[in-house]
Parts: sequence; structure tokens; C-alpha cells
Amino acid sequence: MADKTPQSAASATEADKGYWASNVRIIIISLIIWAIVSFGFGILLRPALSGISVGGSDLGFWFAQQGSILVFLALIFFYAWRMNKLDREFGVEEE
Amino acid sequence: MDQFTINLLFVGASFALYIGIAIWARAGSTSEFYAAGRGVHPVTNGMATAADWMSAASFISMAGLIAFVGYDNSTYLMGWTGGYVLLALLLAPYLRKFGKFTVSEFIGDRFYSPTARMVAVACLIIASTTYVIGQMTGVGVAFGRFLEVSNTTGLLVGAVIVFAYAVFGGMKGVTYTQVAQYCVLILAYTIPAIFISLQLTGNPIPALGLFGDHVASGEPLLTKLDQIVRELGFSEYTAHHTDTLNMVLFTLSLMIGTAGLPHVIMRFFTVPRVADARWSAGWALVFIALLYLTAPAVGAMARLNITELMWPNGTDGEAVSVQMIAEDDEYDWMATWQKTGLLGFEDKNGDGRIQYYNDANPEMQAKAAENGWEGNELTNFNRDILVLANPEIANLPGWVIGLVAAGGLAAALSTAAGLLLAISSAVSHDLIKGQLNPSISEKGELLSARIAMAVAIVVATYLGLNPPGFAAQTVALAFGLAAASIFPALMMGIFSKKVNNVGAVAGMLAGLVVTLVYIFLHKGWFFIPDTNSFTDADPLLGTIQSTSFGAVGAMINFVVAYVVAGMTKETPQEIKDLVESVRFPRGAGAAQDH
Repeated sequence: MADKTPQSAASATEADKGYWASNVRIIIISLIIWAIVSFGFGILLRPALSGISVGGSDLGFWFAQQGSILVFLALIFFYAWRMNKLDREFGVEEE
Repeated sequence: MDQFTINLLFVGASFALYIGIAIWARAGSTSEFYAAGRGVHPVTNGMATAADWMSAASFISMAGLIAFVGYDNSTYLMGWTGGYVLLALLLAPYLRKFGKFTVSEFIGDRFYSPTARMVAVACLIIASTTYVIGQMTGVGVAFGRFLEVSNTTGLLVGAVIVFAYAVFGGMKGVTYTQVAQYCVLILAYTIPAIFISLQLTGNPIPALGLFGDHVASGEPLLTKLDQIVRELGFSEYTAHHTDTLNMVLFTLSLMIGTAGLPHVIMRFFTVPRVADARWSAGWALVFIALLYLTAPAVGAMARLNITELMWPNGTDGEAVSVQMIAEDDEYDWMATWQKTGLLGFEDKNGDGRIQYYNDANPEMQAKAAENGWEGNELTNFNRDILVLANPEIANLPGWVIGLVAAGGLAAALSTAAGLLLAISSAVSHDLIKGQLNPSISEKGELLSARIAMAVAIVVATYLGLNPPGFAAQTVALAFGLAAASIFPALMMGIFSKKVNNVGAVAGMLAGLVVTLVYIFLHKGWFFIPDTNSFTDADPLLGTIQSTSFGAVGAMINFVVAYVVAGMTKETPQEIKDLVESVRFPRGAGAAQDH
């Protein structure tokens, strides 16, 4: 892996394609979760969740005011951890 | 010691700290001036980004907007945090790998077009300047209130201080100054919230107190709040009562705008490695979330406190008397804020009491007729005073009030400084060095950056004295423009090799112009009053308000860029190679100057 130079990134080897495809897949999954908790649970799906009560209101209200923010945090740290691991798996990490 | 002296002490001590740090960390080389020599740790960088990001809008304004509207304004909470997910996943690591200093440099190189770079510079300058104007207005109001001077004097004092540390410190001064500002800001926001949460719910963590039980009634806090506002004819706090489409688009605009604002993106150029850029966005959101998880609690608890102060015997008892407001210490804040003109009450029916209720509600009108009320008597409660007045409303000690004053100013000043830096680098680095005079010396470049900063602050101060509209409208314009112009160009530059120079320029221009026109149609051309053809109450397109249009502008940008790119010459191979190299962390070195 150490023999890979920055220039070889340009020639897009099979391994490089695999790395980028995995990255895009992780991004898409993360953004689906991002949209579900905010636009979904927080706004559009709130009526469907109204049966689940959380401290004086319902689950949708909680997601809109707090839950979505906590999920956003988890997503960013998950992505950083997962990608730094992926970098090493494909040997594309920084020296 | 009186309150004025305490405020002065807190504000003075915090400023001495910021200026001291700026002098200690004075920038030497160009590289240090822009990006602090890339020696900033991700946690430090996250904290500075948080201070940079949370402006007068987050600190002073947001909780007030939530307090008086309730659930529907959760859009601010989701919008201004959700953008960090986009930043972390779609932009930060790649822009850091690219290894240049500014956002427009990336756009210019990736779209192999000086025109693209200049269009990006124009978008950045327009968005950042409008944002600074909003901050300067906030600086003026906060200084005016706490130093007990006029708005104009307050603004001038603030402008001098921002100028001092932004111009002489550069990014490094700003980075460490902003860490100090973050600490002041977050303490100022959370300490009063903790006191109030303890008073109302017995829980020291406001975010948990919000969903906890109200000690006095034993009911859940939100149930209690819903009940008392309903009894006064207002819509329930937790209920959804505005248009859903507009809510979704507004949230999306704030999210995309967050990921398109140059002063936030620039932060991710200052970390040592690509891996750190990924962590940095997370740390920034951790520090931002401390305020954003507290804000809805501040809003709900303040609404409850204010309503209970107006109806000390419950909503079916007698309203607060004029005599009580004048004599009781608990009501001192009303007299203080009445002087600013931002709070007003009037005993319309002359019964010696101030009835606070929703006089637009038919049921309440019937009740008012029965009781001889002649309309809502709490005639004015400006949303922007809520956070600043909150410790006084809750009867907290004088030092807490002084701390909140220092925090509000820290929020406004730190954002103004970060934006000024973004503007100065766009002018000196992109416009002068990149376009007009490439052979300019490092010294000349640094000098022109400082001149640009000085010019920007003079313009912003002048427009802050005569703002083109309310601060919230100005800020909305900045977000909409960043969302519609910068974010799509950056994202397509990384994720699509197909989008070429002509496509990117056409996309940015289409997004920028359409959004700008839509906003002007609703807010007046160049914000001149009465030149608007539509209002946000009855917008041009369905229910889409001008503040929510940034998301539509961004979609227009994407579509135009793809269509135009499909009709024009393919991206050259060396640019495809550049995109390929940006996607892989290996080989990320220090930033290159050129």
C-alpha cells in the first residue's frame, strides 16, 4: 500500500473505485437517516407518531426539538470513524 | 454595585481577554493570516467554528422566536444543526484535501475557469456582507442596551472592537479569540437556563427539564404550557399550525445555507489532516448542540414565566395590576425594557390591570366583551429581547445578567469577525492576487486583506446604522443566497466529473439571480420599503415564503448546471484527475500557495 503515490489516484484503479463506491454508499445511508429524523419524524411523520408520548408532548415534537440534533451528532461521528477505518482498509490514508 | 457597573465589568473583562489573545497571537506570514498555519487541533477548531457560527441570531433571537410560536419554529433548531451533516459528509474532507485557502479557489480550479472563481467571489461577498450587516445591527442593539447609550454609539464602539482583533489578529488571533468567546457565550447561555430549569422543574439540565414535570403544578411542563396558552386564546405550544411545505423548505434552506457559508467552510481548511476535517465538523456540532439543546427549554420556560407573571392568580383569576408592575421587584424588567421601546403595555380599559391574551381569537373576544377588556394590553413584546431579558424575568442575581450581556456581544462579535475574514480573503487572495495582480508580494497581499477588512467593516457599520430590513430578514437573505449559489457548485465539483466550467457558472448565476429576485419581490427591491409586489403572508409561489426559497434556488442551480454541462464541451481529463485526487485522503499536504 505504501507504494501508492498521490498521482496514482488519478488513474482510478479497481481498488480506488471500490473505495469511492463504499464512501458514496455510507453517505447515502447516512443522509437517508438524516432526512428521516428531521423532515420525517420531526415534521411529515409527526402525526403518525402522535401516539407515543414523551414528557408532556409526543415523539415528533421531541425529534423536532432535540432528537434530530442528537442523531445528527451521532451521524457525523459515525461517518468520521467509519471513513478513517475505510481509508486504512484501502490504504489511502494520509502518511 | 448597580446593574450598569456589573454589566460594564463583565463586558469590559471579556473584551480585554479577546484583545489580549489577538495581540498575543498576531499573524506573521500570509499562510498564518488565513489558516493559522494549519496547526489547529480539531477540538479547538470545533469550538472556534461554534463561536463563529452562533451569531446574534442563535444567541439573542432564536429562543424568542421559539417561545412565541412553539413547535413550528423547531425549523431553526433542525436547520441550523442539520447543515453540519451536509458539511461533514459532502464537503469538509474533500476541500481540506484540495489544500487551498479559499472556497472560490476550489471553484476556480475545479471548474478551470477564472469566471467561475469570480462568480463565486461575488456570491461570497454578497452573502457575507449581508450577514455582517445583521450582526452589526445586533451589536448596536446589545451595546446600546447594556452600556445605556444610543444604538448609534453602541454600533460604533462595537465596530472599533471587531476591527481591532480581526484586522490585527488574522485567523490565528480569531481562532483563539473565538475559543474564548465560545466559553463566554456558552456559560452566558446555559447558566441562567440552569437556574430557571431548577426553579420550574427541579432538574438542573434544561434540555431534560423541558420534558420533565412542572414542580408547582405537578403536571408535565409542556402540558402545563399548552394549557395556559390555550386558555389565553393562543395556539398550543406543541401544536403544528403553519404550512408543512414551507416548514420543510425553510428547514432545508437553513441546512444547505449552513453548508454554503464561506466563513464556516473556511474553518475546515485550518485542520492539519483530512481525518481531522471529518472530526472537526463533529466537534463543532457538539459545541453548537450545547446551546441548541438548551434553546427550546429557554423558550418554553420563558413563555411560561412571562405568562404566569402576567396572570399571577392563574388564567381564570385577576390579571396583574399596574400598581404591582410599578412596585414589585419581580416586575422591574418591564420598566427597564419599556425604556428601549422593545416592550410595551397599556391599560386600555382603565381597570388598573394589564390583560395579556390573544385578541384575534373569536372565543377570547367573547370572553373579553363579558369581562370589559378592550384588547390585549401587553401591546409589544419584541422577540429579540427574550434571551437578554430572561435572567431579569426569572429574578436571577445581577452577575448572571452581566454575564448574559457579555455572551450576547461575544456571539455577535465573533461571527462578524469570521465573516470579515472571509470577505477580506475573497478580495485580497481571490480577486487581487488571483486575478488583478498575480505578482503581488506577500506583504502587499496581507496589506490588501487588511484594507478589504476595514472597507467591509465601514460598509457593514454604515448599513447597520440604516439596516435594509430587520436583522432576521437580512440573515435569511444571506442563507438563501449561500444555499442557492455556493453549496451546489461545491457539491457538484466533488461528486460529479460531468459538470464543466460553463455548467457551473450557469448554475451559480441561475440560483443566485432567481433567489435574489424572489426575495426582492417579497421584501422590496434592494430592501427599499414598499417596492415589493408580494408579501410572505401571500407569496408568489403557493405557500413558499421568501425566507424558504434558498432550497428552491439550490435545486434550480443543480438542474441548470447539469443541463448546460450536457450541452457543452466535456470536462478535460486533467480536471477529472483533479476530482479523482480530491476524493482520496492520501497525499494531502500542507496548503499550497500559487
